Amino acid sequence: MAKYNSNNMSAVIVENIIKKYRVEKTEVTALKGVSFEVAKGELFGIVGPDGAGKTSLFRVLTTLLLAESGNATIEGHDVVKDYKIIRKKLGYMPGRFSLYQDLTVEENLTFFATIFNTSIEENYDLIKDIYQQIEPFKDRRAGKLSGGMKQKLALCCALIHKPSVLLLDEPTTGVDAVSRKEFWDMLQRLKLQGITILVSTPYMDEASMCDRVALLQEGKILAIDKPAQINQQFQDPLWAVQASNMYALLKVMKQWEAVASCYSFGEYYHVVMKSENAGASAINEYLVERQFQEIEVKKIDANIEDSFMALMNTAHE
Amino acid sequence: MRVLKYLLQKEFRQIFRDPSILRIIFMIPTLQLIIIPMAADYEVRNINLAVADHDHSVYTQQMIQKIKSSGYFKLVNYSSTFQEAVTSIEADKADIVLEIPAKFEQNIVREDHASLFLAVNAVNGMKANLGAAYLQNIIQNYNNQIRTKWVQFPPIPPQTNINVSVSNWFNPMMSYKYFMVPAVLATLLTLLGTFLTALNIVREKEIGTIEQINVTPIKKYHFILGKLIPFWILGLVVLTIGFLIMRFGYQIHPVGNMLIVYLFASLYLLSILGLGLLISTYADTQQQAMLISFFLLMIFIMLGGLFTPIDSMPAWVQKLTWLNPVSYFIDVVRMVVLKGSGLSDIKNHIFVIIGFAIFLNSWAVWNYKKTS
Repeated sequence: MAKYNSNNMSAVIVENIIKKYRVEKTEVTALKGVSFEVAKGELFGIVGPDGAGKTSLFRVLTTLLLAESGNATIEGHDVVKDYKIIRKKLGYMPGRFSLYQDLTVEENLTFFATIFNTSIEENYDLIKDIYQQIEPFKDRRAGKLSGGMKQKLALCCALIHKPSVLLLDEPTTGVDAVSRKEFWDMLQRLKLQGITILVSTPYMDEASMCDRVALLQEGKILAIDKPAQINQQFQDPLWAVQASNMYALLKVMKQWEAVASCYSFGEYYHVVMKSENAGASAINEYLVERQFQEIEVKKIDANIEDSFMALMNTAHE
Repeated sequence: MRVLKYLLQKEFRQIFRDPSILRIIFMIPTLQLIIIPMAADYEVRNINLAVADHDHSVYTQQMIQKIKSSGYFKLVNYSSTFQEAVTSIEADKADIVLEIPAKFEQNIVREDHASLFLAVNAVNGMKANLGAAYLQNIIQNYNNQIRTKWVQFPPIPPQTNINVSVSNWFNPMMSYKYFMVPAVLATLLTLLGTFLTALNIVREKEIGTIEQINVTPIKKYHFILGKLIPFWILGLVVLTIGFLIMRFGYQIHPVGNMLIVYLFASLYLLSILGLGLLISTYADTQQQAMLISFFLLMIFIMLGGLFTPIDSMPAWVQKLTWLNPVSYFIDVVRMVVLKGSGLSDIKNHIFVIIGFAIFLNSWAVWNYKKTS
């Protein structure tokens, strides 16, 4: 009866999914036993670098790909056995723009409405907010839209049959900052309508807009938690370091045995020291000794990217 | 039904919005149907002849005149040495060398016997064969002409002659076009059907729309019918254009009932579209689809009886052509247009082509998986 219970709480359950590919003669394991649950009405983010297995995971969940082992259910329906039911309940927006470029905005939308046996009018209120923004261009061919508008159209098409679970595979990749912001606002509004949203992204700053995130790296989940919680897992003091010669600085810092990790972050390097005792003054001293100028060292709070880098490093060790 | 209707509407919209596809569908078959039968002519003309004349007599002049006036030969080289004539073959200027020995005229008149020598460039086997045969025929003719002139009262009775008269059935003028045009039309329809279907579906794979469609509850047969029906209709439209060109452009009046051809063509198109569909399920890119179709169609057309008669192929190849849908269609079009065959004459062809349609389409549907 466990299944019934989880039905009530979880929209998506993924249990120990393993997916392997054969690339030429070697076997590549894209997903190495991924498990997580997404609650109903939750905005769940899967954050990970390119090649972490995000798209494979989404393709398993959208019933396009069969996993070697493990189970996944969406709203209590198994992705292998009940794929027909799932396809009716699922909205999927693939990473690549995949609507008909030679059909107009309206025709694309009508097409997807028709194959889901519904019509634009029937579910208009769900997409109204988004569709109104592209409605002035409804007679324009999809191929002639700008990146941000294409993405809005794709979202409309994924929503037109009123899905209860929405899967968005890297929806903001290649979209400008303003459109990205708008897009996340739209997702927040959709969440209010009770739709469970599963979104993957390589941008860690977007992770903080999700209710919960899973950090995916090389087919394994490193952590699942609320964004704020993940930041708290970051224990070590973190320093932002800047100097006039940034390239030499990186080399010097990486050679220093007191440094645990050093990586670039905007105009600073984020530095984690091995011991708590080595503070701002120690770093400063060390750099002055090596003739660096305009040195700036300050203590900062870890954000999700720092947490991710730290988790990645521990995973490698 | 509503879904299928919209799928068809979408497919037609896309076809009519792409001017290059429209051009391929209508202009290219039309142009090809006009050009290919004109160019691909089996009659060998313009055979380049080099003459090495060691005699320079009135008789040789008469004979050369007769050869030239036949219309099949062009005298490109007239020389006094065999060496020079052979050089013109080596330079690819001449196809046949006719060597006339010295005292040719003298020998005919006095000895009642003379010989000639032919050297043939056999690089192009067909041209060489036919050219030599034509030439021998003309010389034979000339021979008879002078014999009747000289041997007024034959000392012995002339050899008995078997008189052969030929009547060409179904194609009285033995016009090559009657034979070619229907077959070219059949071939074009095959090319069009296979390529368009294969490329269209693979294009959806390439641009990723098939992925978007695969996550929808759309039914397999809806999707496949939505792809096949538009090309089936277009195929029949192209066939009609082709028939109009055949009737009014080439003045070929079909003897049989064209409805029979349409009936057969509609079944044939189903099997050919099935082939395209099958290719599309195996190919991931348009380039792959293109190459696979090209390879298959090349074999189908070469072994389809368009250019070379199937009956003259080796026995094992003849058995292979049973597996070739194109050969059945070419056969049927020729039978109905030239011979006026009726339904009962082509019933075996119909059964076979229905078999092909069922086989290819079920294979394609079986292989078209919604999950990869």
